[in-house]
Parts: sequence; structure tokens; C-alpha cells
Amino acid sequence: MAITTEPVAYVRGTPIAEQPPPLMARGWVAWVRENLFSSVGNTILTLIALYIIYLVVPPAIRFFFLDAVWTGSDREACLAASVGREVGACWAYVDAKFSYFVYGSYPWDERWRVDIVFVLGAIGIAWLLWLDAPKRNLGALYFFVIFPVVAFILLRGSTAVGLERVDTSLWGGILVTLVVSIVGIVVSLPLGVLLALGRRSRLPLVRLASVIFIEVVRGVPLITVLFMANTMLPLFLPGNMSPDRLLRPLVGVALFASAYMAEVVRGGLQAIPKGQYEGAMSLGLGYWRMMRLIILPQALRIVIPGIVNTFIGLFKDTTLVSIVGIFDLIKTVEVTLVDPTWATPVTRLTGYAFAGLFYFICCYGMSRYSLAVERRLAAGQKR
Amino acid sequence: MAMATATDRPAQLKPVSLKTETAVEMIGVHKWYGEFHVLRDINLKVTRGERIVVCGPSGSGKSTMIRCINRLEEHQQGKIIVDGVELTNDLKRIDEIRRDVGMVFQHFNLFPHLTILENCTLAPIWVRKMPKKDAEEIAMHYLTRVKIPEQANKYPGQLSGGQQQRVAIARSLCMSPKIMLFDEPTSALDPEMVKEVLDTMVTLAEEGMTMLVVTHEMGFARQVANRVIFMDAGQIVEMNTPDEFFKNPQHERTKLFLSQILH
Repeated sequence: MAITTEPVAYVRGTPIAEQPPPLMARGWVAWVRENLFSSVGNTILTLIALYIIYLVVPPAIRFFFLDAVWTGSDREACLAASVGREVGACWAYVDAKFSYFVYGSYPWDERWRVDIVFVLGAIGIAWLLWLDAPKRNLGALYFFVIFPVVAFILLRGSTAVGLERVDTSLWGGILVTLVVSIVGIVVSLPLGVLLALGRRSRLPLVRLASVIFIEVVRGVPLITVLFMANTMLPLFLPGNMSPDRLLRPLVGVALFASAYMAEVVRGGLQAIPKGQYEGAMSLGLGYWRMMRLIILPQALRIVIPGIVNTFIGLFKDTTLVSIVGIFDLIKTVEVTLVDPTWATPVTRLTGYAFAGLFYFICCYGMSRYSLAVERRLAAGQKR
Repeated sequence: MAMATATDRPAQLKPVSLKTETAVEMIGVHKWYGEFHVLRDINLKVTRGERIVVCGPSGSGKSTMIRCINRLEEHQQGKIIVDGVELTNDLKRIDEIRRDVGMVFQHFNLFPHLTILENCTLAPIWVRKMPKKDAEEIAMHYLTRVKIPEQANKYPGQLSGGQQQRVAIARSLCMSPKIMLFDEPTSALDPEMVKEVLDTMVTLAEEGMTMLVVTHEMGFARQVANRVIFMDAGQIVEMNTPDEFFKNPQHERTKLFLSQILH
């Protein structure tokens, strides 16, 4: 065996001073080479991707911006034959129908009421979403108690305050989409939390009821739930009480979303270690306080991505209420498509593009906001 | 800073108070996990101010026994009387007992989403209905006593294990408990941090707190305990004063255990 020349004993003489990490200064050329053209396979993929971008992006830009028609009073403005060039998106049509897209058939003279509700709602949402806002408790009271009442009175009207009654069958467009989704979101989270707690309850009856509700609602398509809400809700209610036409799908959507929400929240609850429950119990916190102060804040934080995912799904699923005759945004777009004043080859595409843009902006906003919240909460408690 | 260690501090412990009030009484307690008989006929009477160390091999039921005292585990047979109140299924009564019985866990179980100060004030504010200001004052008092007042606004994840365990002790003390239970409080700590936690516990013992401590720290047992209990297979095998227990173990199982942990 070779005799080792390394000394066996060692004692450090001088400590090693702290040094900065090696510099990684590299230009964009190096970045491109490393990330896009590092191998033959990557080079091929990069070229294919560039070709696809070339195929898709320039025509899209041309259609939606360069060739688009921005002004005009009727279909003549958007017809290639009358304009004398190739015609892209007909934004003039969206402009002309914009107020219908927003309010539906809500009476012209009463639309200021909707505007007020939009403004009040925006204030409430901003108040709640802005995490450093002053008096957020008051904001929550405003948004969850005062705002719904005021909004209901304003939108529906009430003879008591001298506002003409506007039947919900006249509501439409973005108004209905927002009403259905905000009610759905606001109801589904607390209901979902209760169902999730119920499903983990030690009381067999509560557990059974929660499981049955979740599994039944989740196991059925939303369309079915909507139809059932539409036709069966009146049957459950006593006598000649007939729930409002808009209320029925509203209930359906909220219940549907809460079943999904319950499972998302349950995932969060399962991630909380047993020690947290024991720590809380050993301090004498009762069940509800323990849940509210210790368990749920942690569990909900873990499942923010899942919750927002459900919200976004719910927001887009509201388009299905058109199936039971509610005029949501998509439905109002579809209605205008058959309007002969604006019948052109590009109207349909433009209308759906507008609706798509609206949904994208809302959903992307939710997604970005939730990411910001996650980052902020993560910074608050470095583990 | 001249800090006495858990081992070299002179034993200046208060004698057990003369009026022999019973803090905890367990009478013929049995418990099963399914078919497994974890606790077998446990009889134990803890006097107020008494400090009891429970040791034994893992799986001997020592943790389960003290967890029964604040009903984190349910016993199926026998009686447990804490501070004059019998533990039954009455949830309200259980919460009342838990308020007065502090517990320190092996894994600290601090609430990671709350600051150190909030961890300490949460229960006083919500359970004792104390005004926030008073609760914070008390919390700072106890945080100072466990020697980490400067960490009050940090989150548990930013503290070392030893610091977290001291916060856990302070958190319990904020409820001014009558009895403190320690479930292997130093087992999850780095060797260098064990001492700081033991020191805190010694101080607590010197002040006359009724303590039940599950631990393998025999130095602590020698110095602080009035009685040492040795458990095996769900039973109390031997119980004696620390002097007698370590010098003169009677039961074969105790001798074997001690020979393995004391070298």
C-alpha cells in the first residue's frame, strides 16, 4: 500500500476571508448562444419557433391593428369592397355596440345606476386588493355588506328610494358577467372553506353531508347544475315563490364553484402539520378560533394558486349561463352578430376577439395579482 | 454573560409547598391505539409545585401519558383529574383545562405565519380576552425572561431551534399556566442549543412551577426533579427520588436502561 504523504493532523492557522462570487458578466450574444443555440437540437427548435412566430404574429398584427377599421357608422366601413383594401378587425362595430356589450338591454336612461355600481365596486375591490390600504376591515365591511345592498338597490331599483324597477331580464353583457362571477367568487370561498372543514369534521353527519354535496356537485357538468338550478330551484321553494331568473344560475354557479373550492381548501388543510393543531389546542383555543387564527391562514396561503385557478375557471364558466337564457357578455356579442347593420365577414371574429380580450385581461389580472400576493406573503415569513 | 449551566448550578430549589394540593391525579388510566395497549394502569399523583421527570425507552408511552393530561390524547379507561377537574368529553371543560396547562413540544409548534410577539399574545388576547397592550407587555416580560426580547418582531422561521423552543416556553407562560408539560423539549435541538433551553427550564423550576417533563436529559433530572419516573411498555416501572433512582435502581429494566444511557 502506498504511504500517504498528506499530513494526518491539521489545524487552521489563518481564517479565510470572505470573497465575492465570481463575476458572471456576459453580453446578450453569450446569452443567445447559451440559451437558444447551445446545440444542434436547440438550434433547430429555435428556428422552428421563429418560423411559427413569423407565421402567426405579423398576420395577427396586420389583422388587428394595421388593416383594422377604427371608425365608421355601419357595415360599409368594414367591407373590403367599399373600402377598397383588405379589411382587418372591425373595431368600429365594437365601438358602436360597446354600450350594449356593457349594459345589455338595461334601459338607456337608467344606465347611470350601473355606472355608479361599477365605480363603487371598483373602489371596494381596490380597497381589498391593495394590501397596505388604510382601514381594510372597514373595506371588507364595505365590500361584503354595504356594497352588495347598495348595488342590489341601484341595479334592480326600488320604489322605496324612487328608483324605477329594472327587471333582471334586461340586464346583460359585462354587467351580468361581473355580477355572476363576483357573487360566485365571494360566495364560493367561504362556502368552500365550510365544506372543506365539514369534510374533515369528526362529526359523521356533517362529514357525510359535505362529502355528498361535494361529490354530487363536482360529479355533474356545470350545464346540468345550471339547468337543475333553473328548473328545480322553484320546486324547492314554498308555494308560488319563484326565484328571479338571474338568481337561479347565480346560485348554481356559486354552488358549483364552492364544491371545487372545498377540495382546493382541503388540500391546504392536509398540508398543515398536526403540530399546529396541537400547539393551538394546547393554548386552549377552541375549534373555530384555532381554524380562523392558526390553521386557515396557513392553509389558504398554501393553496392561493389553486384558489385563483378556481376563480379564473369560474369567471370563464360564467359564459355558460347563456344556456339558461341569461345575456352575459358572450351572449350579447352573439346577438349583435345577426344585426344586419354590421353584418360583415370580419364582424364575428372582431366580436369574439373583443370578448376574448376582456376575459384575458380579467383573468391575467387575477393571476398576476395572486403571484404578487404570494411573493409578498413569502417575504413576510422566511422559513 | 455569566449563565449557570444545567449541570453546575447549585440546587437551590424551593421545597414542595407544605399544603399538599394535588395538581394532577391519574387513577388507573388505560389507553389503546386500536389493539395496541399503550398505557396500562397508570396511577400518578402530582402535587402542586412538584417537578417530575419521565424517562424510558421510545414507545414506552411516556409522551402519550403526559399528552393525556391536557387531552391531546384521549384515555379510554380510568380517571384523570387536572386541577380538581376531571377530564371528560365535555369540550368546554377541556378547553378550560388547556388554558391552565402549558405544553412545550419536541418540535416547538410555533405558528410560522405569526411573529414571535403575536405567537405569545394570541392566546392571551383570544382566550383570556386580555387587551392587546397588556398581552404585549406580558409577552415582552416573558420573552425577556427567556432572553430573546430582541427577536419579538421576527418570524419563527428566522430563529434557531433553541430560540424557537424558548419562544414556545414563553408562549405557554403568557397564559400563566398552573402546570407545565414538556414533551421531549430538547430532543430536536442541536447539542449546542440544548443548554439554553434547559437553563430556561431550570429557572422555571426554581420559581416553583409544577412541571412534568419527558426527557432523556439525566443531568436535568438529577438537578431539578423531585421524582423520576421510569416507564416501559406502557407501565410505570419505577418511581423514586433522583438520588435513589440513579444510585439505586431496583427494577431490572431500569438498571438495563440506565446502564445504556449513563456511561
